[in-house]
Amino acid sequence: MQASDRFNINSQLEHLQAKYVGTGHADLNRFEWAVNIQRDSYASYVGHYPLLAYFAIAENESIGRERYNFMQKMLLPCGLPPEREDD
Amino acid sequence: MASIDPEIARTQEERKKMEQQLSSLTSVNYDPELYGGTNKFEDYVSSIPVNDEEENVDAMDPGLGRRLPSYTAPASLLKEMPRGGVEEDDMGFKKPQRIIDREDDYRRRRLNRVISPDRHDAFASGDKTPDVSVRTYADVMREEALKREKEETLKAIAKKKKEEEEAKEQEKETGGGAVQQPTQKRRNRWDQSQDDGSAKKAKTGSDWDLPDSTPGIGRWDATPTPGRVADATPSISRRNRWDETPTPGRLADADATPAAGGATPGATPAGMTWDATPKLAGLATPTPKRQRSRWDETPATMGSATPMAGATPAAAYTPGVTPVGGVELATPTPSAINLRGAITPEQYNLLRWEKDIEERNRPLTDEELDAMFPQEGYKILDPPPSYVPIRTPARKLLATPTPLGTPLYAIPEENRGQQFDVPKEAPGGLPFMKPEDYQYFGALLNDEDEEELSPEEQKERKIMKLLLKVKNGTPPQRKTALRQLTDKAREFGAGPLFNRILPLLMQPTLEDQERHLLVKVIDRVLYKLDELVRPFVHKILVVIEPLLIDEDYYARVEGREIISNLSKAAGLATMIAAMRPDIDNIDEYVRNTTARAFSVVASALGIPALLPFLKAVCQSKKSWQARHTGIKIVQQIAILIGCAVLPHLRSLVEIIEHGLNDENQKVRTITALSLAALAEAAAPYGIESFDSVLKPLWKGIRSHRGKVLAAFLKAIGFIIPLMDAIYASYYTKEVVFILIREFQSPDEEMKKIVLKVVKQCVSTEGVEADYIRNDILPEFFRNFWVRRMALDRRNYRQLVDTTVEIANKVGVADIVGRIVEDLKDESEPYRRMVMETIEKVVANLGASDIDARLEELLIDGILYAFQEQTSDDANVMLNGFGAVVNALGQRVKPYLPQICGTIKWRLNNKSAKVRQQAADLISRIAVVMKQCHEEQLMGHLGVVLYEYLGEEYPEVLGSILGALKAIVNVIGMTKMTPPIKDLLPRLTPILKNRHEKVQENCIDLVGRIADRGAEFVPAREWMRICFELLEMLKAHKKGIRRATVNTFGYIAKAIGPQDVLATLLNNLKVQERQNRVCTTVAIAIVAETCSPFTVLPALMNEYRVPELNVQNGVLKSLSFLFEYIGEMGKDYIYAVTPLLEDALMDRDLVHRQTAASAVKHMALGVAGLGCEDALVHLMNYVWPNIFETSPHVINAVMEAIEGMRVALGAAVVLNYCLQGLFHPARKVREVYWKIYNSLYIGAQDALVAAYPLLEDEQNNIYSRPELVMFI
Repeated sequence: MQASDRFNINSQLEHLQAKYVGTGHADLNRFEWAVNIQRDSYASYVGHYPLLAYFAIAENESIGRERYNFMQKMLLPCGLPPEREDD
Repeated sequence: MASIDPEIARTQEERKKMEQQLSSLTSVNYDPELYGGTNKFEDYVSSIPVNDEEENVDAMDPGLGRRLPSYTAPASLLKEMPRGGVEEDDMGFKKPQRIIDREDDYRRRRLNRVISPDRHDAFASGDKTPDVSVRTYADVMREEALKREKEETLKAIAKKKKEEEEAKEQEKETGGGAVQQPTQKRRNRWDQSQDDGSAKKAKTGSDWDLPDSTPGIGRWDATPTPGRVADATPSISRRNRWDETPTPGRLADADATPAAGGATPGATPAGMTWDATPKLAGLATPTPKRQRSRWDETPATMGSATPMAGATPAAAYTPGVTPVGGVELATPTPSAINLRGAITPEQYNLLRWEKDIEERNRPLTDEELDAMFPQEGYKILDPPPSYVPIRTPARKLLATPTPLGTPLYAIPEENRGQQFDVPKEAPGGLPFMKPEDYQYFGALLNDEDEEELSPEEQKERKIMKLLLKVKNGTPPQRKTALRQLTDKAREFGAGPLFNRILPLLMQPTLEDQERHLLVKVIDRVLYKLDELVRPFVHKILVVIEPLLIDEDYYARVEGREIISNLSKAAGLATMIAAMRPDIDNIDEYVRNTTARAFSVVASALGIPALLPFLKAVCQSKKSWQARHTGIKIVQQIAILIGCAVLPHLRSLVEIIEHGLNDENQKVRTITALSLAALAEAAAPYGIESFDSVLKPLWKGIRSHRGKVLAAFLKAIGFIIPLMDAIYASYYTKEVVFILIREFQSPDEEMKKIVLKVVKQCVSTEGVEADYIRNDILPEFFRNFWVRRMALDRRNYRQLVDTTVEIANKVGVADIVGRIVEDLKDESEPYRRMVMETIEKVVANLGASDIDARLEELLIDGILYAFQEQTSDDANVMLNGFGAVVNALGQRVKPYLPQICGTIKWRLNNKSAKVRQQAADLISRIAVVMKQCHEEQLMGHLGVVLYEYLGEEYPEVLGSILGALKAIVNVIGMTKMTPPIKDLLPRLTPILKNRHEKVQENCIDLVGRIADRGAEFVPAREWMRICFELLEMLKAHKKGIRRATVNTFGYIAKAIGPQDVLATLLNNLKVQERQNRVCTTVAIAIVAETCSPFTVLPALMNEYRVPELNVQNGVLKSLSFLFEYIGEMGKDYIYAVTPLLEDALMDRDLVHRQTAASAVKHMALGVAGLGCEDALVHLMNYVWPNIFETSPHVINAVMEAIEGMRVALGAAVVLNYCLQGLFHPARKVREVYWKIYNSLYIGAQDALVAAYPLLEDEQNNIYSRPELVMFI
């Protein structure tokens, strides 16, 4: 990295982006990215009522139950993280 | 030689020409900007300013999207328009300012404070009894008590002495009244001075005895603060032993002592000399042991060779030696100069300066003269026989210091090679060290082997190095040093860090910037050290508290931030323990700053936490100082946190209310002031909290006088506006008779407060107009509307405000009627005050109350005042005139001929000022003249103004143009005299004028004509004006640039784009960058005004010119163009796509950058309009640029991609992104993740549907089955 790079707007942008949960970086692995995707998806399902209603009909559950389930699934959506092979 | 040079030059030129031909012939065309002498990066800014507010504002500017009411360039462009070659003179090379230079005596008292030794941290040691060597809270309190006791004793002694003297005097007067002789008087003085001496001696004695009692060794062990400024006023009360030992760096001591030594006894019988001598002797004789050790303790660099004149030699001096000796001593020998660090910074600077002057003024030697003059053509003459070289021994003596004791003159050795002011190079890439810094950082210059030092010393060295880098280093050095200090703060430890940093902050030669940096260091370190700072809290406060009363706003904010962080780190208990002793310090300065610091602590840790302590302090029985400071803390809290006091208002008032009846007058005063501050902060709520103080306040105003009364009135003034209407009127009536009594007070402060209170009382609802008219007005006008009030600026302002407020209640006629006669007063400042009041009153309330008689008087008055004004501040009269005339409206008609006569007469005046005022007045009253149907008169004025366009004073010319503009605006183009076709050609040359006021007014006028009456002027004239305007697109003043852009648009519309465009496109070939940028803006303006299709073909055709500048200009114009036209762009996007394709593939970075930004604007403009096919195509060209590193290019590319996200949808961009997120090369991954992140932040929700399907692994489920559900 050049000296000038460190202070320019782009590095600031990256810093800014890093503040958001769900953004990624070059060292992100498959599992971590997948977790973010899953959580974003569930958050989206819960946030869009028509979508929730659709799932409720498809699964023959109440909408509230669906919402509850999605919220629960946001906890460990992909199961436990895999063992790090490099450690 | 001379003959060879042109030959070489010729050959070189030929070769260059040949090369150029060659390069143009070969198939691969070298791009000179890429390969040749010009720097290809000159178009770029090397870095983007990190915290540039302007840019942020630009990005958010909501004005960008809207269609503007007039033609204009984008705001961002107007702001960053390149400026002419002239640099702003007020910016840039401002000399760094020393803090001490702008401080007053009171603020300089900070240097008297001693950085106290570390204190015991009760939290860290738990229940253990603290070590004897550590200073505990009890020690500090005991010391303070002792100090106070000493002070009181001294005061008692002084008082007694005074009484005795008075008694003696009285005795004498009664005893031998007739024998009063001048000699006796003289003896009196003698007595007195001797008394003074003994008093001082007595005090010194007590000082000696003092420190023994404290086990903690008191402040004597404190880090010495070198270079404290001498006491300006050597009042007995504040002298401590520090002042008597000559601390290095105090010039006053240096001056004083040799004088004493040199003086012959008897010659000056002044008591002063006698006083000084014994002190001097005591100083030189090294008898007292402790004092000796003090000397040993001063930093080594300061050590032995103190050239502080007097010290030792003075003792050896017998009185009667030539007084020259003293002077000689003051100028140190050259060898002393080389003893770096042996002298104080101030002296060093002085010396350096002297040396510099010497060096420049020395006579030239023969060799130097030989070198300067040509060899032949000159003849060296012998000096005439009568010539005797001037010798000024006195000067020489001063200039060439000789070692001690030889009063004879000696010819100095001249050593030209010596460089006195170039310090030794700092080793190891350390930044430059100023001479003032040697005493702190001198150790770094010793080339010691770091390996040999103990770990402690190594650590010290490391800290010093880092601090020096922070203080004097370049920005990158500073940044890394700061980071290291922060990261290693705990490792270094609080002690070593603060022992290094804090003395630096007490350095008398500190500059603003340096202090800012050091304070920043403290701030960062505080975060890291957290509870470890506890022992150092007081030390830190000593250096930070002065920031709280700094005149610089940012310094105050910084100080508050540090103290707030400090209190969060150390906790309330430690803060209180550290600051409690200072609350009743004998020095008012200390108490003042402590109170302010406490208010910051309160706002940081919450008021409730501090309330019990405050309560205790405010009720302190021990000393009035404690109560005073406690109450002052409340005042400062109110000032600091404003309306946030409301939840605690009642308790705060309760804490201080008893102070209104305190036995000490100062406490009563500060209590009232605190109540005022609380009421001001709480307004308009919280009256119920003040219930308990109403009675004492209102009773108090009857019994008090002077300062206390003023404070009480102030409190009342702030409380009354909180009240309900009924109460307000009752309480106002109660207070008014006191106020009326105080109207006559000669005290300035009282006057201001009374005025303020009157204003506050009058503006409350419950006070009726009749009451004011009958009870207040007569006295008010009798006492305040006098000439004297106009002389003081603050009185003036206050009086005007108060009168305006009264007028709001009682109406215009009453007030104006009372003062209108004064418009003819003989004092000009007073007339101005009257005028300003009338202006404000009339502007607020209109003129409908003014009857015919008053109207006549008023017009007469303003005309008189306007004509008689002589001072520079002319705006008051102008505004007043304008306001009155506009308020009267049609009623002015009868007076207009008179007014215009005056104006015409004054336009012809000799004084430029008068002419300017007259012209300005026309622009103020033009609208009213129209209302009065005086068009003929205006036409006449127009002609007169037109005749004055030859005016040579730019200020006046600007005003004349402004007046013409006003007339044109109201009477329209067709009726204007002189006719537009005569007027405009007259304006064209004026456009060349460089004066801002002229430019702005002229462009406005031209723009107005172009807008409304373009047809009156031939197209050729407009063309000419267009090219004058081009220059002005880069004007300094934003108003001018805006006016220029507008005018340009009007003109282009009036005469059609073809001609203008042809010339503009030619202009793109100009070398000068500024000119090119202005031209691109102009092209964009034309395109917007006359529809893009009139411009685009020619523009795109221009791109074929194989010249970098032209092509870039075209691209830039395209970029602006698409930014303006927004949705309209959808019709042109297919037309320009091939051009952009080409540009995005160009090897030149700037091409790609500009093209990318054009793509961005295009994409944003056509989002949702069905141009996806073209956009995807362009995206494919933009995408390969994502790996660019130049900041501007990558910015443009990223923004283009963002634009694509908006236009094409996040899913499309995600698909581009996916290929690189898990690329094996890290560099690639980094870039892709960056794009992904901005995509994610921009359209998180939209991505959910577009994420790729991930396959499950053994334990982990990655699939999203919900998305495949189907009913």
